[in-house]
Amino acid sequence: MTTPGAEKDVPEAAEVVREQVPVVERRLHPVTPLRRAWAPVAVIIGWAVHDPNQAQEQLTRLTTITLLIGLAVFVPAAGLYGFLTWWFTHFSVTDTELRIRTGLLFRRTAHIRLERIQAVDVTQPLLARVAGVAKLKLDVVGTDKKDELAFLGEGEARALRAELLARAAGFAPETVHDVGEAPSQQLLHVPAGVLAVSLVLTGATWGSLAAALVVPPLLWLATHSVWTVLATALPLLGAAGASSVGRFVGEYDWTLGESPDGLRIDHGLLDRTHETVPPGRVQTVRIVEPLLWRRRGWVRVELDVAGSSNSVLVPVAPREIAESVVARVLPGVTVPPLPALSRPPRRAHWCVPLWWRGYGLAVTDTVFAARHGLLRRSLALVPHAKVQSVRLKQGPWERFWRLAEVHVDTGANGTVTARLRDAEEAAELLREQAERSRTGRRDARPDRWMA
Amino acid sequence: METGTAAHDDAAREPVWTGLPPGLLKMRRLLLVVWLGLLTVVLGALLNLFAGPAWAAFALLPLALIVWGWVLLGRNWRSWRYAERADDLLISRGVLWHHETIVPYGRMQLVEVTSGPVERHFGLASVQLHTAAAATDATIPGLVPAEAERLRDRLTELGEARSAGL
Repeated sequence: MTTPGAEKDVPEAAEVVREQVPVVERRLHPVTPLRRAWAPVAVIIGWAVHDPNQAQEQLTRLTTITLLIGLAVFVPAAGLYGFLTWWFTHFSVTDTELRIRTGLLFRRTAHIRLERIQAVDVTQPLLARVAGVAKLKLDVVGTDKKDELAFLGEGEARALRAELLARAAGFAPETVHDVGEAPSQQLLHVPAGVLAVSLVLTGATWGSLAAALVVPPLLWLATHSVWTVLATALPLLGAAGASSVGRFVGEYDWTLGESPDGLRIDHGLLDRTHETVPPGRVQTVRIVEPLLWRRRGWVRVELDVAGSSNSVLVPVAPREIAESVVARVLPGVTVPPLPALSRPPRRAHWCVPLWWRGYGLAVTDTVFAARHGLLRRSLALVPHAKVQSVRLKQGPWERFWRLAEVHVDTGANGTVTARLRDAEEAAELLREQAERSRTGRRDARPDRWMA
Repeated sequence: METGTAAHDDAAREPVWTGLPPGLLKMRRLLLVVWLGLLTVVLGALLNLFAGPAWAAFALLPLALIVWGWVLLGRNWRSWRYAERADDLLISRGVLWHHETIVPYGRMQLVEVTSGPVERHFGLASVQLHTAAAATDATIPGLVPAEAERLRDRLTELGEARSAGL
């Protein structure tokens, strides 16, 4: 955008030059109108599904000619709507913001501050892959689905992502275009076979499948009504499919890479997703270990990033590899081993029988780590620097047994709870955690990670 | 903004708690008496009219609730307290279900002072702190408006000085 000028050494002058540079507004890929044209059709279909009886009534009243006339009006109108929404959608990248201007009747302008970026997603649904286009979405706290750029050309999306990340990282505006894509180094790749076995060994897959096979016949015996059976069987089958085949397709070819711009997560068989999480954006990491995976030593790693919808970091991996990945994601953090976690006192079994053994807590210099679950173990790690507030909670029954729980709230709307701690220990923990979360921020990396 | 560390370290160890002004208790008790008193009268009159004077004794039930609630409100009011420390705000509340919240000033996204029509009539206002985490429930109800505004200004000032973001 700017020509590297002689004023480079004078920051004020550079500022002035930057102010004067006109912001170049761009349009989305010309394929976009086709996608937008579906909106009126979707509305009609939605209405028909919502109220099938009335839709049928209306249909029988129509003759062939009215139907044809309707189509002749409707198709161009939908096309025009698609074209106009595309025509009126612009975006531009300034030094500090991504600006999106859109809206046909109701104008909407979104200015997304680049240093607030929590993650950048480039997604390609199957049809978009065929057409060679991609969606780009910036995850910032508070953005919604409207703020995604759909669609851009494949190469353009990648270039734009590199540019946005370079600007967010704090590279000088003159060099942004030359920085290009940061080199990525592969950390982990999940083989399809391992993913398939891990899904077979997941209880939820079998549970939903069993429910889909058992419940409809039982309902048929009880009611003999086809509609009731269909109405329950279809969602159940859908849930079973989503939790087995859907997950396999979504998590296929899961590749985790590390680059100076942060983590890169690429996955998907039909719909490809490429996510980039800049350094210092991870609020919580959870290491989940389902019962049936324990013999193989596999774990699943989940993460919370504020404003991002994706929550999986590694769908399945051996524990050692997963822990090394966690150490990369949260620099300076080692996952506390199981014996290092302190259990609740014995009297806790009066509050939570049997399952009290599943709870555990460890506080290191860098993280607050709380474990829960007996069969499906889950260990949540929160870096002290990410703690927004600390709460202590004690009910009457817990008071009687001198127990209390400590909640640690993070910015991704997650809360990590250390349950069933000794009351005095909890009070001490509350004070110390507040102190740690206050000071923990000091040596955190800046929002502009290359600055 | 620089805070004297030595002086504040002592303060950090032993927080100086502030209770709520009695206005809130007065308001809550008044509301309790008005509503349950109304219920007592209406229930007594209706039962007397349709079921007989003996049944009207059941109207004493809300009366008992008034006495119980009177004590309960007092205990709850006494349990509410807050402390402004050098770097964070402490809020402690609840008798049966005890809650204690600590919010570092640097994490505050916004401070809100609200006052409903009833609260305004009694000259009360509440201060609510928001952080980036929605689970943070840091509210101090029933403050005198001047104190609420002082607290808001002070918290905002400290929040700006120590701002940390996400």
